[in-house]
Amino acid sequence: MSKYNDLLKKNAMLIILVLVYIFFIVMTGGSMFSPMNFSALITQNAYVFVLATGMLMCMLTGGNIDLSCGSFVCFLGSIGGVMMVVKGWGTGVSIFLMLLVGIIYGAILGFLVAYVNIPPWIATLAGFLAFRGLGTAILSSNSSTGSISPIPESFLRLFAGKLFETSIVEFNVICFVVGVIAAAIVVFLNFRNRANKLKKGYEADSQTAVIVKSALSAAAILLFTYKLAWSGGIPVVLVWVVVIVLIYNFITSKTALGRYFYTIGGNKEATRLSGVDTRKIMFFAYLNMAILTAVTSYIVVSRFQAANSTAGTNYEMDAIAGCVVGGVSAYGGSGTVFGMVVGATLIGVINLGMSLMGVNEDWQKIVKGLVLLGAVVFDIIANKKNAVK
Amino acid sequence: MGKILLEMKNITKTFPGVKALDNVNLQVEEGEIHALVGENGAGKSTLMNVLSGIYPYGSYEGDIIYDGQVCEFHKITDSEKKGIVIIHQELALVPQMSIGENMFLGNERGKKNAINWNETYGEADKYLKMVGLSESSRVLIKDIGTGKQQLVEIAKALAKHARLLILDEPTSSLNETDSRALLDLMLEFKKQGMTMIIISHKLNEVVYVADKITVVRDGSTVETLDCHTEEISEPRIIKGMVGREFTDRFPKRSGVEIGEINMEVDNWTVYHPVYAERQVVKNVSMNVRKGEVVGIYGLMGAGRTELAMSIFGKSYGTGISGTLKLNGKPVTLKNPREAINAKLAYVTEDRKGNGLVLSNSIRVNTTLANMGDVCDRGIIDTDKEYQVATEYKDKLKTKTPSVDQSVGNLSGGNQQKVLLAKWMFTNPDILILDEPTRGIDVGAKYEIYCIINDLVAAGKSVVMISSELPEVIGMSDRIYIMNEGEFVGEMKASEATQENIMACILQSGRGE
Repeated sequence: MSKYNDLLKKNAMLIILVLVYIFFIVMTGGSMFSPMNFSALITQNAYVFVLATGMLMCMLTGGNIDLSCGSFVCFLGSIGGVMMVVKGWGTGVSIFLMLLVGIIYGAILGFLVAYVNIPPWIATLAGFLAFRGLGTAILSSNSSTGSISPIPESFLRLFAGKLFETSIVEFNVICFVVGVIAAAIVVFLNFRNRANKLKKGYEADSQTAVIVKSALSAAAILLFTYKLAWSGGIPVVLVWVVVIVLIYNFITSKTALGRYFYTIGGNKEATRLSGVDTRKIMFFAYLNMAILTAVTSYIVVSRFQAANSTAGTNYEMDAIAGCVVGGVSAYGGSGTVFGMVVGATLIGVINLGMSLMGVNEDWQKIVKGLVLLGAVVFDIIANKKNAVK
Repeated sequence: MGKILLEMKNITKTFPGVKALDNVNLQVEEGEIHALVGENGAGKSTLMNVLSGIYPYGSYEGDIIYDGQVCEFHKITDSEKKGIVIIHQELALVPQMSIGENMFLGNERGKKNAINWNETYGEADKYLKMVGLSESSRVLIKDIGTGKQQLVEIAKALAKHARLLILDEPTSSLNETDSRALLDLMLEFKKQGMTMIIISHKLNEVVYVADKITVVRDGSTVETLDCHTEEISEPRIIKGMVGREFTDRFPKRSGVEIGEINMEVDNWTVYHPVYAERQVVKNVSMNVRKGEVVGIYGLMGAGRTELAMSIFGKSYGTGISGTLKLNGKPVTLKNPREAINAKLAYVTEDRKGNGLVLSNSIRVNTTLANMGDVCDRGIIDTDKEYQVATEYKDKLKTKTPSVDQSVGNLSGGNQQKVLLAKWMFTNPDILILDEPTRGIDVGAKYEIYCIINDLVAAGKSVVMISSELPEVIGMSDRIYIMNEGEFVGEMKASEATQENIMACILQSGRGE
């Protein structure tokens, strides 16, 4: 019974995600389940996954956040637009320069937070205000509409559009084959992992548990790619998101560097006295955040096919909400990339579902706010119960 | 004999795994100054926390009888309503607020939701006069010295209409003149009929003010001395404080050869990180040999931790000067990483504060200071990490179902073992153990002592900082005695007795 409870608690958010998804399928009369909306779920929320990955790294170090990322997306988009459209510079050069500006900002921010000890929310609040102003100013001085377009096709191809594109009425075989391969890999890894653990005499899940887990995840992947196959192919942006999520999942769970993010959040002083340069890690967290923000700005510019002054509005909040709903501790020290993905997806599903149902914007915000609060309350109560045990 | 104002009967208070108070009895007469003395951890502060309701009624056994009534205090305001006011060792004032605001914090003057500032400052000035302060109550706390801050604390207590005033180490942060003024003030209050309990390590002060002295040792009251019926000398009190038996509390260490000097510190001086003009460690010189356990004895606040941390990669203090030699070669260690690489380890006294990451597992904590050994190009070898953690768990007999258990769920003794494991895994030559047995039970203490013996037997050097006299004498080969930032004595453990170590400290205190 307690094992069952544990399982339930560990995967609570995932279960809630599935339930909420089913709820919206019913409420929208199945349109939530259509291939087009499946694809939309990914393209609309890609920015959240990337930004929330960066935010996760910041939050792990002790609940630190970056409020400036949304405005910075707008600012980077505006200079990208100027370079590519107004000046007519090459796509490669522009991408590189946008990244470079991101790195410079990240280094300055990291320096202020880690070495000058400015509280992150204040340091980034400055960026939140300044970059929105700067981005808007650049856009309005280069265009009468406050928006720069058209963005060159060569740029759009890199971050928007579909791989192996086919028409929507046609079943995209390659897409589904990719799904089959991915599912096979996941199943293989699950079983190999268990075999390894058993060989070395460690505690391992029971065979049934592994079979159930493998079957469920394979089914999810297959369903996912089947739907995508009817929507015309794999969105390019999905590749970016998957690659980033996998890289950071590896960093946080398998490397010494990733380990230090958790221990700093758990006990900064103990980590420092263990010979870890805690300031360097804090610096890296914010540098990394700015780099991922640059990637986000590519995604956003190509999705809207323009550099907009409203781009990136409230993105920082979406990223923070995704992390928190996904079980990342607001005090730092705990949270996983997988959890964050579930949390961000849940918010994405709620957004899309309510839009499809025609719920008005104000109510959408109210529901999102309540979900966020509920997630944190749930997290704290669950942890308290654990601690008492 | 006057009226008994307070009687604490058979008080027993248990923390998980530790009996902090065991059948304690205390009687305080109206209008007297009653001193509580005892070593660190003897249970004095715990007793006062029981009295003031910080540990609520029901969390301890026994009765508190105050003014003829049995009392059940559930929180601190319950006891304050009866006139029992405690002044804690750490000043509890808000530096950015004025004296008057601080004095009536939580006890505001005026109508329900509106503070009457005239009344606040007027009343405050009245109480300030009573404690002999001429400052206006509108002055900010941060602008007056610690001596005056202590007086503000007392004025604050008076404003709560205290009948029984408890002062926990009131002079620990004061200089000689301020201390004397404070003690005289206490005598003045006594004349006006106030009852006081003072907790102090400074025995000369105790002898100066107290009418009765109760000695607490290992959670029990040992004796109560009446200063009016007999002549009380400091050695007499010390005897009561430390007079306990030695029956195999420390494992024997035999056949360990003491080698050459491993670490040498010369003229080491450290300044406070915030108040940069304050010397925390003054001109300390010491050395440690291979295979030797060197004890550093001193009371809390003597500068022991500051000394150790400043040696360990300058992790504390500013303006550090002096030379540090390891194996005869002068070295400069700029940060903890360099110290670890130089084969130095510092095992903190504050395992929860800056020792362990409580939310992480034993495995994570064990390898944290030496990730390089379980990593291949930055990627963690989880198998190896698991093996290492399990190996140390078995070696140190850490009681836990698995090394994936989070450290926060372990008992104090087992946490201490994880902390030791973490530093042993860095493979140090010299281990500085700061209060290695603080807050853990007797059995676990014995096991920690055995680990220390194993370490020196393996040719390592151990510097053991402790404020428990029997432990220092029982475990060390050689002892340095530290007081107020200075080394005031050095002796072989074979020559050391509890009395002559205490005498060392008392003499240095008088020398000022």
